[in-house]
Amino acid sequence: MDLLSVNSVNKSYGGVVANTDVSLEVPEGKIVGVIGPNGSGKTTLFNSIVGHHPIDSGEIYFNNQEISRLTIPKIARMGMLRTFQQTHIYGKMTCVQNMQISSDIDANWKRIFSPFSSDVDDNADELLSFVGLYKKRFLLAGDLSFGQQKLLEFAMALMKKPRMLLLDEPTAGVNPTLINGLIDRLHQANEDMGITLLVIEHNMRVIMNLAEHIYCLANGTMLAEGDPDNIQNDQRVIDAYLGN
Amino acid sequence: MITKNKQNNLIWLGLAISTILPFLFPNYITFLTYIWVMIILALTWDMLGGQTGYTSFGNILFFGVGMYVCAVVQRDMFSSGLDRFERVSEVVVNLNASEYFISLAVGTFSGALVAVFLAVILGSGILGMRGHYFAICTLGLGHAAAEIASGIEYLGAGSGMVTPIYPSGLFLGKEEFYYYALLMVAVATFFLFKKIYQSQFGLALNAIRDNENKAESMGIHTTQYKIAGWSISAFFLAIAGAGVGNVIGFIDPVEIAFSGPTFGVWMIVMAILGGKGTIWGPVLGAIILYSAKETFWTYLLGWDKVALGLLILIVVVYFPKGILGYFKERKQLSNNILSQKGES
Repeated sequence: MDLLSVNSVNKSYGGVVANTDVSLEVPEGKIVGVIGPNGSGKTTLFNSIVGHHPIDSGEIYFNNQEISRLTIPKIARMGMLRTFQQTHIYGKMTCVQNMQISSDIDANWKRIFSPFSSDVDDNADELLSFVGLYKKRFLLAGDLSFGQQKLLEFAMALMKKPRMLLLDEPTAGVNPTLINGLIDRLHQANEDMGITLLVIEHNMRVIMNLAEHIYCLANGTMLAEGDPDNIQNDQRVIDAYLGN
Repeated sequence: MITKNKQNNLIWLGLAISTILPFLFPNYITFLTYIWVMIILALTWDMLGGQTGYTSFGNILFFGVGMYVCAVVQRDMFSSGLDRFERVSEVVVNLNASEYFISLAVGTFSGALVAVFLAVILGSGILGMRGHYFAICTLGLGHAAAEIASGIEYLGAGSGMVTPIYPSGLFLGKEEFYYYALLMVAVATFFLFKKIYQSQFGLALNAIRDNENKAESMGIHTTQYKIAGWSISAFFLAIAGAGVGNVIGFIDPVEIAFSGPTFGVWMIVMAILGGKGTIWGPVLGAIILYSAKETFWTYLLGWDKVALGLLILIVVVYFPKGILGYFKERKQLSNNILSQKGES
């Protein structure tokens, strides 16, 4: 069964066409990759999926429900979260607070006076150890290094117990040692926590290790799809990256 | 560092002193009453301005609305209504003690409710805007309200309104009564806000301040939180307004009720001076700024506004994060150093 399916989505910004007739399927429990040269429309596609902007035409289904017209918080509450290319964390709050606020809360008047439960705190500590930030849990998130902020953002997403994560270049700007650890953790999140992943990635080594199925975007259209080996040897993909 | 227990003791000590202050310095009672008003103003501004990072220049609207609604209820609740030919601004209602306090309580509460209602309606419209756009949008609120109030004959139009005369022969005089009333409101506001900032709701406000896009993408309905925060502020601000209207005894739409250049600006300066985004910052800022203002007025009349401006300038240049913000930053810095050491 496909957890996420995108059917013929079009999106343009004024005269600039960012996505033309883009379709993709993400089966439940799988790790799917999206690659493509800079400016090929990967992040636009992510933004369309999570409801960041309205799409011009096409449909997006998550868990068999149409989400093409829902707002970001609604889609997030259905269990689909995204992380950002540039890290988005709450810089003036400590790591623990970053984790707490990422737990499942809503604008319920009963909660206006109540602090977070100890379950939330335990879960936060557990996930912070999972990404290796436990010792830094009382630091302000803004004081962490860029790579650590990426790890924190990943942990924050896990805090919400999502069904699906959309990761926008999780390893960009992260040093090689941390990258290996991150790949391991992404695999663990997928296998142990059952989270379906859709990953945008430029680092070929990473995406070939991670994804079971890869889509390649170029100039806003879906150029090719297939398993990592096929994509790597696809002449059209090589041309798109190197120019022909 | 001040421990939690010590901090509580200090609060109780402060409250005990505050209760007897009017007897120690009976000549300064109006000044002391205004200190509590200023604390309420700064605290309520800080809910959105500091904790949520949404600078509002329009909070004075709720202050004036509370003042007017309360005054109208006080005037009309027990009297047979206005004589059509009487000038509203000259109507002075005489009430007996029970009528006075009942109409005051009902009026204050109605004022607060109307303010909350306005905050929800206006907030739904303009709190969807981000950052500076919201600030610009709020600029006109107080001014527009003053213009509207100046045009309504029922509210005394440009000449304003007179609040009822405080009944004579009671245990507490007018000054004492409003001192204790506003003291209680300020203390209630302080403890309620303190509780809110330690809760899930408070952390959500901080999350909006730090990164609203992220908060939204994590499923937090940010606009609802902002509206809720603004409504809570509006509630207490309107109560303060109702009190001030009665303390002064006369409501002018431009100079008192919707007075952007005085109360409207002070509330922002006080919160920033003390340290926005902290619970004690606005309290400290209110005490310092209002005391300074009164001192300058007493000793430097004519140059008092210059001196006040200079004080604000010094604070903005040397303590851009406010007095408490400065200390908070240092504390966090030493925390960082400690945990770096613990790591190695």
